[in-house]
Amino acid sequence: MIMAFLAQTIRIAIPYLFAAAGGTVAERSGIISLTLEGFMLTGAFTAALGSWYSGSPWVGVLCAVAGGLVFGMIHAVATIRFRANQVVCGVAINLLAIGVTRFFLELAFDSASNSPRVPGFSAGVGANGGAGTGSGSALPGLLHNPLIPIGLLAIPLVAWVLYRTPFGLRVRAVGEHPEAAATLGVPVHRVRYMAVAVSGALAATGGAYLALDQHQFTDGMSAGRGFIALAAMILGGWDPMRAGMACLLFAAAEALQIDLQGTQALASQFVQMIPYVLTIVALMGLVGKAVPPAALGKEEA
Amino acid sequence: MTAATLRARAEEAFLPPVVALLIALVAGDLLILSVGQSPASVFAMMLQGTWGNAYGLGQVLYKTTTLICTGLCVSVGLRAGLFNIGGEGQLAAGGFAAALTGLALPAATPSVIAVALCVVAAVAAGGFTGWVPGVLRARFGAHEVITTIMLNFIILAALNWAISTRLRVPETLHTHDVRAGAVAPLASVIPAFHGSAANLSLVIVLAAAALTGWYLFRTRGGYDLRAVGLQPEAAEYGGVRVGRVWTRALTLSGALAGLGGINFVLGYKHYYEDGFATGYGFLGIAVALVGRNNPWGVVLASLFFATLSQGGLAINAVVPRQMVDVLQGVVIIAVAASVPEVRRVLRFGRWRSVRAR
Repeated sequence: MIMAFLAQTIRIAIPYLFAAAGGTVAERSGIISLTLEGFMLTGAFTAALGSWYSGSPWVGVLCAVAGGLVFGMIHAVATIRFRANQVVCGVAINLLAIGVTRFFLELAFDSASNSPRVPGFSAGVGANGGAGTGSGSALPGLLHNPLIPIGLLAIPLVAWVLYRTPFGLRVRAVGEHPEAAATLGVPVHRVRYMAVAVSGALAATGGAYLALDQHQFTDGMSAGRGFIALAAMILGGWDPMRAGMACLLFAAAEALQIDLQGTQALASQFVQMIPYVLTIVALMGLVGKAVPPAALGKEEA
Repeated sequence: MTAATLRARAEEAFLPPVVALLIALVAGDLLILSVGQSPASVFAMMLQGTWGNAYGLGQVLYKTTTLICTGLCVSVGLRAGLFNIGGEGQLAAGGFAAALTGLALPAATPSVIAVALCVVAAVAAGGFTGWVPGVLRARFGAHEVITTIMLNFIILAALNWAISTRLRVPETLHTHDVRAGAVAPLASVIPAFHGSAANLSLVIVLAAAALTGWYLFRTRGGYDLRAVGLQPEAAEYGGVRVGRVWTRALTLSGALAGLGGINFVLGYKHYYEDGFATGYGFLGIAVALVGRNNPWGVVLASLFFATLSQGGLAINAVVPRQMVDVLQGVVIIAVAASVPEVRRVLRFGRWRSVRAR
């Protein structure tokens, strides 16, 4: 029972972990990550596309990364090269992702709602009838989908990169004080381009997990998960490990709600609110104020 | 103001949207070519389906009405230097309050009073949902971009709960029809619009746009609001209470979005339906951006985006209508990217011409 709950929690948390890991890198470099939702949706679609045409879910993952990189670069060029407002551009990236995925869903699969069944990762392709819950409920069952261990490792990896590598030091420097970093010879723009690229690739991989776990792409399948990851990142105070904990917390609440669904003890809508309410409380500073990177969203001179 | 500065200002205001539209036109051409159609005939079809007949135009005007509200909502926030991304939740809250009021009033209520009460309810509900992030910003320093996004989800989840557990007509996600407060369709004045969703909410909303313009540019409160938006520290030094202005601006901003709820609830369906606000909040950002945060600019930009949205339906037979979703994103990115670029190029050009003299 506990094991099943834990497994369910992890399964729900994986897309959050990927996106929150990516968002942390971008925001620590000073670029606002309202784009996670769009990156994720794009990744889910290109993953389904790649998996469908190649027959291999790994090609799907590669396509997701490529899709995330393309959208990340659009955002980076607009906000860094052309100094577009990051909030506006972030919202636009999300709208663009909705539009592009819908347009090409129609073009590639002749459908307004979903792709056909594509090869995915969970065991027994075709056996479960696409229930979308993957293989067995116990913890070892999680290993059937390689994106699950990768997702769990993404957070500590990002933490290591941010705090233990020269690149991470540069990311944090340009996010706190770009002028000072530039004085020391850090290529501010290049570091930010790379940070946004990393966030695009990671969030899109989270999207790939969604599509490959359910063996299909459905319209709007990211369903606000990018914003939950954003909330987790803020609640975690822009620290990858703590953001990861917040992701697990949000996922546990969802898993609990699924378990309680039959009992009507708690309306699902109120469980859905938890991440957002907690984030606002964190921003209000009632329980240890969440402080963003100093140069976040600032237009540089 | 000399003619030269006036001209320079006009260039800075109008060039970015024009550049963005050209980019969107190119993107649209590419998408149309990618499905093997002729761009000219598809765009002609789009115009024919929107401005070419009364029904299409009516649908455009209906969508314009809601977009003006969410566009004004974002504009008022931006004039005060604040990003209100919560338009969708505020719009939904306004529509919900209007429906509740219309359901609670006795059917015999005189139409004018009923509509007025429903409008007040919509504005109050939207205003309250805008006031919350205002206070969070002014008192706690919580950034409004994040809080308005989070409040969107909270409001929409709460309304979804209220509808799905308490208020719905069984097997649907909408309430019963309002007993009082229905706004007459536009066809009651201009019969040609018969069958379209356009209704007299448009008149109320246009009046709100005029009032917003008057407030922003002709009153002391509006002056304070714009001063805070340009330079909060300087405004504070000049004796403006910045926190209060922030709260007031977001309340007004939310109220304008809430007003938009009457278009669907009172004017079109006569009930509140879960999800009617979807997409309008974010599109309001596009409208405000293209309209350059000017109330009349917002009205024009709303017409443009409503035409695009309705035009998608008109071309669906030959090009997937989702093309217009792509174009919306392209327009926003292009405007956002060209605003600073145009300013830089123009100012550099001016500086060079001054030096050449």
